[in-house]
Amino acid sequence: MIYFDKVSKIYADNYVALENVTFSIEKNEFVSIVGQSGAGKTTLIKMLLAEDKPTLGKVFMESIDIHSLRAKAINNFRRKIGVVFQDFRLLPDKTVFENIAFAMEVAGRSDEEIQADVPHALALVDLGNKMWNFPRELSGGEKQRVAIARAIVNQPEILIADEPTGNLDPINTQEIVKVLKKINDLGTTVILTTHNKGVIDSLGKRVITMENGRIIRDDKEGKYVI
Amino acid sequence: MFKTNVKRIIKSGFFGFFRNGFVSLSSVLVMVITLSVIASVIFMSAILNSSLEEIRNKVDVNVYFFTTAQESDILALKKSIEKLPEVKQVEYVSAKEELENFKTRHENDQFTLQALDELSENPLGAKLNIKAKEPHQYEGIAAFLTGENIISRNGQSIVDNVNFPRNKTAIDKLSKIISSAQKLGFFFTLLLIIVSILITFNTIRLVIFISRDEISVMRLVGASALYIRGPFVVSGVLYGVLSGIFTLIIFYPLAIFFGSNFPSSDFDIGFNVLDYYISNFAQTFLIVMGSGIFIGAVSSYLAVKRYLKI
Repeated sequence: MIYFDKVSKIYADNYVALENVTFSIEKNEFVSIVGQSGAGKTTLIKMLLAEDKPTLGKVFMESIDIHSLRAKAINNFRRKIGVVFQDFRLLPDKTVFENIAFAMEVAGRSDEEIQADVPHALALVDLGNKMWNFPRELSGGEKQRVAIARAIVNQPEILIADEPTGNLDPINTQEIVKVLKKINDLGTTVILTTHNKGVIDSLGKRVITMENGRIIRDDKEGKYVI
Repeated sequence: MFKTNVKRIIKSGFFGFFRNGFVSLSSVLVMVITLSVIASVIFMSAILNSSLEEIRNKVDVNVYFFTTAQESDILALKKSIEKLPEVKQVEYVSAKEELENFKTRHENDQFTLQALDELSENPLGAKLNIKAKEPHQYEGIAAFLTGENIISRNGQSIVDNVNFPRNKTAIDKLSKIISSAQKLGFFFTLLLIIVSILITFNTIRLVIFISRDEISVMRLVGASALYIRGPFVVSGVLYGVLSGIFTLIIFYPLAIFFGSNFPSSDFDIGFNVLDYYISNFAQTFLIVMGSGIFIGAVSSYLAVKRYLKI
């Protein structure tokens, strides 16, 4: 489904963020990418979201080189991917409902679909009662669950969670991991980047370990080994 | 879908405007200053033009005729002067009217009036008062009047005196003042408008700078550039509309104040600010409101652009 083909990213100051990275991710897989800060996890995610272009190599989604897409096609491509960030990145002036509805609006969904699907997505992350609150009125764990609801509301093929538990306490962390597992069980491919050993060890899923921009391990049922 | 998208963009623009109340208010206040500059420029240029017009109207060239000149010759000359392209208006004052005017002017001067009564004939000739379209054109008109074309049927000149040479220095000075005032006014106006537009543009840029993370999130969930920009442009238009309304409201009491404290009769400039404000309200409304909407929309459109590059 996703294929990184000898991807390298070298910034203007000759800093090598990724070096000759090759791997693939199958449909419905749950893949964790681990590594210390600066290992290249976030750069990898940026490549996958077409936020940044590789210096060398290509990134394929099915058979399409995503960096050869035009602006409009990139918008359509991004609508197939749900993203959750460490800092939640919710729209502060929109309510919980509107934040999730926004992702549906940009995907061209009708008002009726939005009215029907947003409560469902919120129920899935157990936040049905906070629909009309603004993000500033929510706790960190609740904000992250809203971000997950927004990421899955368009039923994306892939969910990328970039350090989703980085700002959360252990209880909220376990809640988020549970939600991500549930989403994966429902058929969505999940890519999780983290440096939380507890999370990785409790998952028992595939683990790609990165160091200095390179993949040093790729284990089918891995543990956090750095 | 297009209709739905437009509806969503407008709704989102309104929500953004009201939910960021304080930021919106600051932008509106800055824009009120810009629009006040533009409105002041409209009023100042109207006052300047009216004053210049008034001064222009006070300048004319007078042609005095011999008492022997026939009225028909003078009227024929009047007609040919009126045909000159640089002439705006020619007024004929007959010898009799000139005598009446003279008597009125000297009604408190008994000696002069008595001396006038001693004379059996009217000593004053008729005259023509000529107004040019532009002050610098008087020279050409004076040259025409001193030429050969003002001779009566019997070959004698009928013109006693043309007062242009006496007024020449004053007219030249006036021409220079008017032309400099117009040039200076134009550059000053342009400078003020550019500076205030830049201030507004930068304020709106700051407002959108605050939203840069929001814009990047919108981009990452797959929103098109138009869908992201739209609500900001709608908010920009709202800044313009509200600022326009505030500016027009502020200028009403100001116009009343200037209209009643500086009435046209006191200053002899033929201009009353309040009258001008009321009679030209539609035009002022369109300019102020149009400028506000244009500046708000264009500033927002351009300011969002740099954050759309993800």
